[in-house]
Amino acid sequence: MTLFIEQCLNGLQFGLLLFLLAAGLTLVFGIMDLVNLAHGSLYMIGAYFAATFAAWTGSFVLGAVLALGATLMVGMAVEVIAMRRLYGRDHLDHVLGTFGLILFFDESVRLIWGPEGLSLPLPSWLNRSVQILPGVNYSAYRLAIIVVTLTVAAFLYVLVMRTRIGMLIRAGASNREMVGALGVNIKLLYTLVFGLGAALAGLAGLMQAPILTVQIGMGENILILAFVITVIGGIGSIRGALVAAIFVGFIDTLGRAFFPDLLRMVLSPAAASTAAPALSSMMIYLLMAIVLVVKPEGLFSAGNK
Amino acid sequence: MTPALTARNIAIVALLAGLLLMPVFAELAGNRFLLTLFTRIVILALAAVSLNLILGYGGMMSFGHAAYLGIGGYAVGMLAHEGVLSGFVQWPVALAGSALFALIIGALSLRTRGVYFIMITLAFAQMAYYIFAGLARYGGDDGLTIYKRSQFFNPINLSNKVQFYYICLALLFAAIYLVWRLVNSRFGMTIQGARSNDIRMRAIGFPTYRYKLVCFVIAGTMCGLSGALLANHTDFVSPQMMYWTRSGDLIIMVVLGGMGSPFGPLIGAVALLVLEEVLSGITEYWQIILGPLLLLVVLFARGGIDGLLVKLQGKERAKVRS
Repeated sequence: MTLFIEQCLNGLQFGLLLFLLAAGLTLVFGIMDLVNLAHGSLYMIGAYFAATFAAWTGSFVLGAVLALGATLMVGMAVEVIAMRRLYGRDHLDHVLGTFGLILFFDESVRLIWGPEGLSLPLPSWLNRSVQILPGVNYSAYRLAIIVVTLTVAAFLYVLVMRTRIGMLIRAGASNREMVGALGVNIKLLYTLVFGLGAALAGLAGLMQAPILTVQIGMGENILILAFVITVIGGIGSIRGALVAAIFVGFIDTLGRAFFPDLLRMVLSPAAASTAAPALSSMMIYLLMAIVLVVKPEGLFSAGNK
Repeated sequence: MTPALTARNIAIVALLAGLLLMPVFAELAGNRFLLTLFTRIVILALAAVSLNLILGYGGMMSFGHAAYLGIGGYAVGMLAHEGVLSGFVQWPVALAGSALFALIIGALSLRTRGVYFIMITLAFAQMAYYIFAGLARYGGDDGLTIYKRSQFFNPINLSNKVQFYYICLALLFAAIYLVWRLVNSRFGMTIQGARSNDIRMRAIGFPTYRYKLVCFVIAGTMCGLSGALLANHTDFVSPQMMYWTRSGDLIIMVVLGGMGSPFGPLIGAVALLVLEEVLSGITEYWQIILGPLLLLVVLFARGGIDGLLVKLQGKERAKVRS
């Protein structure tokens, strides 16, 4: 039972982390109609920045804040230099152009930080476990991730639904020419939205960094998951991204935790331990395929097409 | 109709002649690696040709084409692992496996369009990736070594590098010819019509879904053949063969060479893989050059290399995409 609660919390934590990535992706997708494969690179860069800045300043929190700002700057620079020229082009062009950016970022990171991964040690006040229920202990850091991501989700909701910027973002999503014609600086708006998406990806990366090692290519695997989430949730829908992200987080984590035991009943132990992670990863893609076949626009389609 | 002596035709003839004479050149230069490199190029060009059929002519942006490479490759690898060495069994199984997979995922994916189509094909390819990564009996994540290449009747010996190269090259030429015949047939015209305006094609009475599905299956089968060749070439199969970045490589080849052009994918495959080889000779960090280069091609050279050649001969606007 304890294990089950713990794994459920892990699932929630992973799902919320995926939400940060998917939210940025779906914003850029829904508003600029841009397929950004390089989103995973921003996640990786956030993690690398955090590891570096934390080592320089000696403080985890300060390093994280600096890394967030730096990723935001990188994101806006990428938008101004490259992405801006891709708006309104074919989706195939987006796929190719941003694929090129992935190669560039991966190699730049190899050039700057070297091929070995980095690690980001946790400060002692986070590196312990707290009692959440009588008899159930849970990692303080993972709990902190849950709190931070929920705060960010609430902030995003307020930003998009309750502020002037959010109004412009939503207006830009439904009709960009009209918003431009009404005198809104749509270029600046797009740069800001892209920067916001980059910062969210960077935040996800730097929070994941202490759990996994910081390494080249860490963005690629998780990027596909984030894409799956945006598609399941419906492109352009932040609410959909949240629901789908939590779903996927649960399936992935619980699958990894409990499939090996289930499979061991029918397979040999060695075969079960190889097949289980593959099976839980497959479940996610299966879920996406089912959703797309039943509801081709995703669960919570923004409905602006 | 005699082919005109244009820059594009000269370049293509030179490329084909170069490919035909490559083993001779490699022998004279004493460079065995050159032949290995070009065998790989020819095999991946075959995969790119098949992708071009659905991507360039059919407008179906499949981001999971590498799955067939893996399925074709694993059909050879798994059968060899079980002691079935005959190519007459291995290759038909590779083709049938890819065709079946293409039929299933095509039937589901073609119900969606646009970005959703890109994503669902990607998802299915990743599923295939995880299926093969989960097969402990066949090496799982680590892949499977193939100790003996596919066996055919006597004079044909795939372990002979020169012979294997020419077999791959012949299959590539056959595929290019097949695609060329196909897209200029009534069937191909329907496919191209559906790319330009699907609703209109349906309105005038073509069941475009079925046409596209057949096209999708043909392309998948052809790519499965490429996978079977690749497995024989590397003597090794692993799930990495069908990772999504490999699908990205195939798309790059098609677009770099020129989408919807018969020789475009071949030009693209040669250009990309030779460029990789040259750049990695210059610097260890060659992808830092390749990445931005791709972005530039996307931004400024829409028809790819073939499009540039067409422009060079002064026929702008004339048939860049057809």
